[in-house]
Amino acid sequence: MELTLWTYEGPPHVGAMRIASSMKDIHYVLHAPQGDTYADLLFTMIERRGQRPPVTYTTFQARDLGGDTAELVKKNIKEAVERFKPKTLLVGESCTAELIQDQPGALAKGMGFNIPIVNLELPAYSKKENWGASETFYQLTRTLLREKVSSSEKISPLRWKELGRRPKVNILGPSLLGFRCRDDVIEIQRILSEQGIDTNVVAPLGASPDDIERLIDAEINICLYPEIAEASCEWLKRNFGMEYTNTIPIGIKNTIEFINEVHNKLDLPLTNKEELEHKSKLPWYSKSVDSNYLTGKRVFIFGDGTHAIAAAKIAKEELGFEVVGLGTYSREMARQVRATAKDLNVEALITNNYLEVEDAMKKAAPELVLGTQMERHSAKRLGIPCSVISTPMHVQDVPARYSPQMGWEGANVIFDDWVHPLMMGLEEHLIDMFKHDFEFVDGHQSHLGHTATPTKDFLKSDEKKEKNSKEGIIWTESGRAELTKVPFFVRGKVKTNTERYAISRGIPEISDETLYDAKAYFS
Amino acid sequence: MYASLNYKFLKFLMSKVEFNKETGPREVFCGLTSIVWLHRRMPDAFFLVVGSRTCAHLIQSAAGVMIFAEPRFGTAILEEKDLAGLADAHEELDRVVNDLIARRPEIKTLFLVGSCPSEVIKLDLATVAEKLNKRFLGQVRFVNYSGSGIETTFTQGEDGALKALIPLMESSNEEKLLLVGTLANNVEDRFKKIFRNLGISNIESFPPRQSTELPKIGKNTKVLLTQPYLSDTVRDLKHRGCEIISAPFPLGIEGSTKWFLAAAKAFKINELKVHEIISPLINRAKLALESHKEILKGKRLFLLPESQLEISLARFLHNECEMDLIEVGTPYLNRDLMKEEINLLPDNTKIVEGQHVEKQLDRVRESNPDLVVCGMGLANPLEAEGISTKWSIEMVFSPIHGIDQAADLAGLFSKPLRRNQILTTKTLVTH
Repeated sequence: MELTLWTYEGPPHVGAMRIASSMKDIHYVLHAPQGDTYADLLFTMIERRGQRPPVTYTTFQARDLGGDTAELVKKNIKEAVERFKPKTLLVGESCTAELIQDQPGALAKGMGFNIPIVNLELPAYSKKENWGASETFYQLTRTLLREKVSSSEKISPLRWKELGRRPKVNILGPSLLGFRCRDDVIEIQRILSEQGIDTNVVAPLGASPDDIERLIDAEINICLYPEIAEASCEWLKRNFGMEYTNTIPIGIKNTIEFINEVHNKLDLPLTNKEELEHKSKLPWYSKSVDSNYLTGKRVFIFGDGTHAIAAAKIAKEELGFEVVGLGTYSREMARQVRATAKDLNVEALITNNYLEVEDAMKKAAPELVLGTQMERHSAKRLGIPCSVISTPMHVQDVPARYSPQMGWEGANVIFDDWVHPLMMGLEEHLIDMFKHDFEFVDGHQSHLGHTATPTKDFLKSDEKKEKNSKEGIIWTESGRAELTKVPFFVRGKVKTNTERYAISRGIPEISDETLYDAKAYFS
Repeated sequence: MYASLNYKFLKFLMSKVEFNKETGPREVFCGLTSIVWLHRRMPDAFFLVVGSRTCAHLIQSAAGVMIFAEPRFGTAILEEKDLAGLADAHEELDRVVNDLIARRPEIKTLFLVGSCPSEVIKLDLATVAEKLNKRFLGQVRFVNYSGSGIETTFTQGEDGALKALIPLMESSNEEKLLLVGTLANNVEDRFKKIFRNLGISNIESFPPRQSTELPKIGKNTKVLLTQPYLSDTVRDLKHRGCEIISAPFPLGIEGSTKWFLAAAKAFKINELKVHEIISPLINRAKLALESHKEILKGKRLFLLPESQLEISLARFLHNECEMDLIEVGTPYLNRDLMKEEINLLPDNTKIVEGQHVEKQLDRVRESNPDLVVCGMGLANPLEAEGISTKWSIEMVFSPIHGIDQAADLAGLFSKPLRRNQILTTKTLVTH
């Protein structure tokens, strides 16, 4: 039993709903009690979908349990097939139905429909949403393509040459309730088409069962979101020999590497290599003199595996930040996140407990947080600017404007989204210059409206902690007076650093001199 | 004698209104959702759901939990090993509760809330609560109830929570007015002020604002319900000797007026005095209602089942805002508790208890309503079909009770229509 106040991922059947809702001509009969219908609002409210998810809930009640819940399942399956006429039917159960073991998938298969039926077994007491989405997409792909396995020869990535046409690829993994998937797909298709590569099928987002059967018309698969698509890509590789890409095109370096990887796999010459560096504004914006102040900004990163790893690379290599924390809630991606963290000399945080993330954030004392909506709230409490880089989805993560994370435009979006929450470089210099003027209002706000911590409240609220701090550190009057002279936006950092210095030296009282000693030590 | 009269009365009602029962797939919240407003009502209580990841996800999705640094509700998520042996599950729950209390020492009452999976595996929360009560005697009280979706719909969760508190209420024969059902604090204060002006001085609320300050009850307790969904609570209050005042619910001017009158009658207060005190309020409210009525008048309304407030809302929107009622859905109909309300409905009102969501949506489309009251999962899909909607969940989060709030209540329904008018004007295509 695990005490959970908030969870980054929903149960696995919500993952299955993401696949069903992303696709056309599919229906999902879910053996579940009425309360589980809340999941519809994730799609109709967060994604603002104008259609209901294609899901029929059996909504069994306590009084049904004594009777024949299996009959209820069959009745619902029959009605759903007649009403919605799906080309493929998904059948599964949520946590409660799993306990009563009606085996709805087997029941459906015995009902004599001549459409493919996918029996979803998603263990609700050990797995979570992304796993459920991945498993559903995998089972669906397997069901619809199983018959073609034996008759098909291995697909060579070079087949397009023999066929005398442009190379074709599938883009796999984008789904509803995935972070900015809608726009990433457009961006990646645009990039591929510029390189003379056609998109065969995008799935699950917007695909029908017919499209899944056409997957093998492509030469290779683009595994855009491994959390959702890696299992399917691996199955397609094993059974049809289809190769798939490993690079996630988030950030300039990764986008270029991605293009290279696709060209190498297809044996397609890359003719515009030099142009690629200039496709996005990120490299120049990052290089421009105003961005100097970004150097070494301490950044804390937490999110799903794919986005957290990509963010770490961009932060370090493309924006010149210092990554002071990296973590994920995706246990399936823990290994990769740990490896990335090791390269950055930080310890990876793998957890589903947001309070642990908040604690780690506090300890790391970052100047910028890149996280989920939950980290945005935690960062707000700590007075640290934050940009959201990952699911779980919030209505704000489905913006009206085109706003991808991947490719060239994705890099532009990332530059703006990560840098704007920070105080601008020139602004920072000016405040520093004028801070002793009487017009200078302590607690000044950036024009972007991010509240800084006002002196009085900061000192007041921390007064107690100072006196009772575990380490027994005391700020003397002179130390405290000197601290108020430090510009408010770095005051927190100066305070933490000075205390750290004092502890490491065994200094029990912090005076103005200690503060300067610490300053010299850290500079 | 009384029973037979009552029966005749019910029979009369049944001929007046068209009752239908429907079964099939439903689209409603389960009782766990009521934790969202219950925990706000009692800031010293914690609600611990014993359930699955689905339960946790449901509450956080319905409540927008991220606004809290650390919410006063959570889920003890059952894992595979908990399902293997119930003895272990009880031990595990013990451990979770210990951790929780160590972390949140300010908690005075801890509700152990049963869920669909905990009910199916027959986790005995009553025994767990009893054991914990002994251990934490004088520190924290443990109460258990079920908010499971196999037994409860949405607001019925509050019914379960209140019912569970009744055994903790001490007995007293003091005469008092007990308002039962969660109210917004400001509305509660208004009501109490009006009752004091009427000459009723001993007024208490259940649930109280502090979980430890439970009202004492007995044969001189006169219960006035503020919410229509408290069937089980009412039954247990009756068993404790309380008198239940029969009245419509205090939604709109008409309902609130009759509600005040019924209370006054129970306390033998002259009707004239009631009118004297509330008529300025009524006049003011009627004035405020005018602009909303203008928009709502003649518009056709379809209410899907969710909160059990539907019948009272239909009565208000027809009688005071002149809307036409196409269908009034309700997840559950307690004919006895609702008899005063049903009596006020126009002839031939179609009431549907239960749901077959697909068939009901077919009827929505066929009847081409101007406004549909429905859950959040259905609202945008209906909007996309060109049908204006109002979320039913807003009724349980907004202060809508009483004469002073009548215009605000009407405003919840006029706003989507007004917005529709603004957005569909031709000004958009002139350039």
